[in-house]
Amino acid sequence: MDNRYLVTSTPHILSDDTIEKIMRDVLIALTPSAIMAVYYFGLKALGLIVLTVAACVGFEYLYFRLTKRPNTITDLSAVVTGVLLAFNLPPTAPFWMAIVGAFVAIVITKQLFGGLGQNFMNPALAARAFLMAAYTPQMASTWTTASPFGFDAVATATPLSIIKEDPGYILSSNDVLNALLGNTAGCIGETCALALIAGGIYLLARKIISWRVPATYIGTVFILSTVLGRNGFMTGAGWYEILAGGLMMGAFFMATDYATSPVNDWGKIIMGVGCGILTVVIRNYGGYPEGVSYSILIMNLFVPLLDKYCAARVFGTKKAGQKL
Amino acid sequence: MKISTFTFPRGIHPHDHKRQTDFKPTEKILPAVGELMTCPMVQHLGAPCEPVVAAGESVLLGQKVGDSDKPMSAPVHASVSGVVKEIRTALTPTGITCKAVVIENDGLDNPFTRTANAPTPSRKETLSLIREAGVVGLGGAGFPTHIKLNPPPGKIVKHVIVNGSECEPYLTTDHRAMLEDAERLISGLKIILTLFDDATGIIAVENNKQNAIDELARHIRNESSIQIARVITKYPQGAEKQLIYALTKREVPSGGLPADVGCVVCNVDTVIAIERAVHRKRSLVRRIVTVAGGVVKNPGNYEVRLGMSYRSLVDRIGGFTQEPYKLVSGGPMMGVAMYTLDVPVTKTSSALLCFTKAEANFPPERDCIRCGRCVDHCPARLMPLVLNQNVIYGEDEEFIKNHGLDCIECGSCSFVCPSKRYLAQSIRAARRTALAARKR
Repeated sequence: MDNRYLVTSTPHILSDDTIEKIMRDVLIALTPSAIMAVYYFGLKALGLIVLTVAACVGFEYLYFRLTKRPNTITDLSAVVTGVLLAFNLPPTAPFWMAIVGAFVAIVITKQLFGGLGQNFMNPALAARAFLMAAYTPQMASTWTTASPFGFDAVATATPLSIIKEDPGYILSSNDVLNALLGNTAGCIGETCALALIAGGIYLLARKIISWRVPATYIGTVFILSTVLGRNGFMTGAGWYEILAGGLMMGAFFMATDYATSPVNDWGKIIMGVGCGILTVVIRNYGGYPEGVSYSILIMNLFVPLLDKYCAARVFGTKKAGQKL
Repeated sequence: MKISTFTFPRGIHPHDHKRQTDFKPTEKILPAVGELMTCPMVQHLGAPCEPVVAAGESVLLGQKVGDSDKPMSAPVHASVSGVVKEIRTALTPTGITCKAVVIENDGLDNPFTRTANAPTPSRKETLSLIREAGVVGLGGAGFPTHIKLNPPPGKIVKHVIVNGSECEPYLTTDHRAMLEDAERLISGLKIILTLFDDATGIIAVENNKQNAIDELARHIRNESSIQIARVITKYPQGAEKQLIYALTKREVPSGGLPADVGCVVCNVDTVIAIERAVHRKRSLVRRIVTVAGGVVKNPGNYEVRLGMSYRSLVDRIGGFTQEPYKLVSGGPMMGVAMYTLDVPVTKTSSALLCFTKAEANFPPERDCIRCGRCVDHCPARLMPLVLNQNVIYGEDEEFIKNHGLDCIECGSCSFVCPSKRYLAQSIRAARRTALAARKR
């Protein structure tokens, strides 16, 4: 035989999409929020982002070395986890917490459960939940105001804890505007709703995420928090509740995480609605002012069930499996 | 005339690569005098034929050289006149080996004349003419046409669909045939329509072949029972079940036939072959092959006698600009990769694709990231990532429970997968194994 030709099963052509391209698009979508984080919280925010990303990539690299697994560090997934974890830290968080968080996210939540695509909880959110439980004072009690590059930051409370402590608080249009622009207290990446929405629209336009999770999540929070108002039936400020806190980041970047969200259309809708209900219940009736991360973590646990029971009807079959 | 646009949900949009060949008129390639033509006994779905000639015998162009008494089969004919050199085992483009009749071409093309039928053949006579001419589905599957056009009693066919939605990238044989042979296509369709009471004909053409739509529209201006349907350019628009759904919004039941929803689907070239068989008593001895891909010097559509080897076809059209990296018989989504050019053109050889290394890029498999794109694009609405896991873990029962057998093997899942997982590959393997076990 003079020539050797490649013989494979079909198909013989493939799209040029890769894991790296998807992760790169997510990073591009996160960039506006990163810029706003640095704008409002200064070099501290930049330091937290850089350090968390470095720690995530470093832990992933070490894990591959120690377990002698093929090194897939270049797929950028650890970078995405790092940025999202940093976005979930308060501007006052000590730098060592970024490293502890990165360890929990990458080693415990992601790699020990099988690595990319196999983790059953969102790594960044699992790390945030761990930090909240282990270091509550650093994570949840000291907040500072946003100010250009963080120069004039003073202690304050987050918008959601203000309305939680004082349900009679009367929102001004300034409050809504500040939540939209991010000129408010909160985790470094979550305050600027506008930047997160821009990133979300980019992801939707690039078809990286489906509209089903974010739209149903945000929609459910809007309707439920309006109906189940903090001062009784129909007294809620739906617009403010969807812009404040971590909802936009959760809806566009966390609840849409591939590994921990359903693959079927209806599964995604149930995931979004479920997250929305849990978020409002925690915010309005729970012990914490914010419920986005816990609601997503809880819904993550339902994903295998949603995948199984929300499968679309197979072409040419009836729902119950009998012939058409 | 109003032409509506139709489509099916899901599917993919690969680059169609058709501009390389779709503007070139079909060229006839005649075999050289003395050239050996290899006619395999398996060129269709169903029972293999047995040779009906012996070595040393003289045969005429269009004379039957192989046949079977099984109903699900189609005879094979000599594509040249000449002498039977030998009967040997031969490799076909699909990778199987079977008996083949090898004929040395005398270059005279002395035709075999069949006894003439009545001018207007009955239904039974028409079906018999189609069978005797060896007509099978030329789109790639090779389903015997006389069986397709004779659905089980009780099934009422309302729509005869001519499949001109050549959705495989690179392929343009049907496109060229619709442009160059529109008249014959229409009369072929009319023959099929005579087989069914009150059936209407629909010619479905993808909207990337507007000139073919215009050409056909010109020819059917006065036909009341034939319409043209424009379908969206999307893969696998030409898959039988997807095309029927696009046009009628009815789903062929799982494990069922198009006739279950009142449809019959024939490929463009098949309809033209039917016209030749019925009106002109010609056997199926030639087909149009798209030769394309990065290493082909003169890509185009070539009308080739069946049994000519791919190697001789390539030599006749100028050869390669560089050594190919991959050879595919058929389309890039569902065709078969070959390890040699020394196989004959058969009835189902819709294309010969010769790819460079870059075109045939085959990256290693990586971990599933659960992006769900395979689920979003599967035209059968399956969950390829789950079926792939079933195959890897050997969960045969789960595979069947998850409707692995309803896979149409279109390859869309593998195409869109960012992790380049062997989704369609694994599902096909498991599906074929399960179907074979079921037969046993």
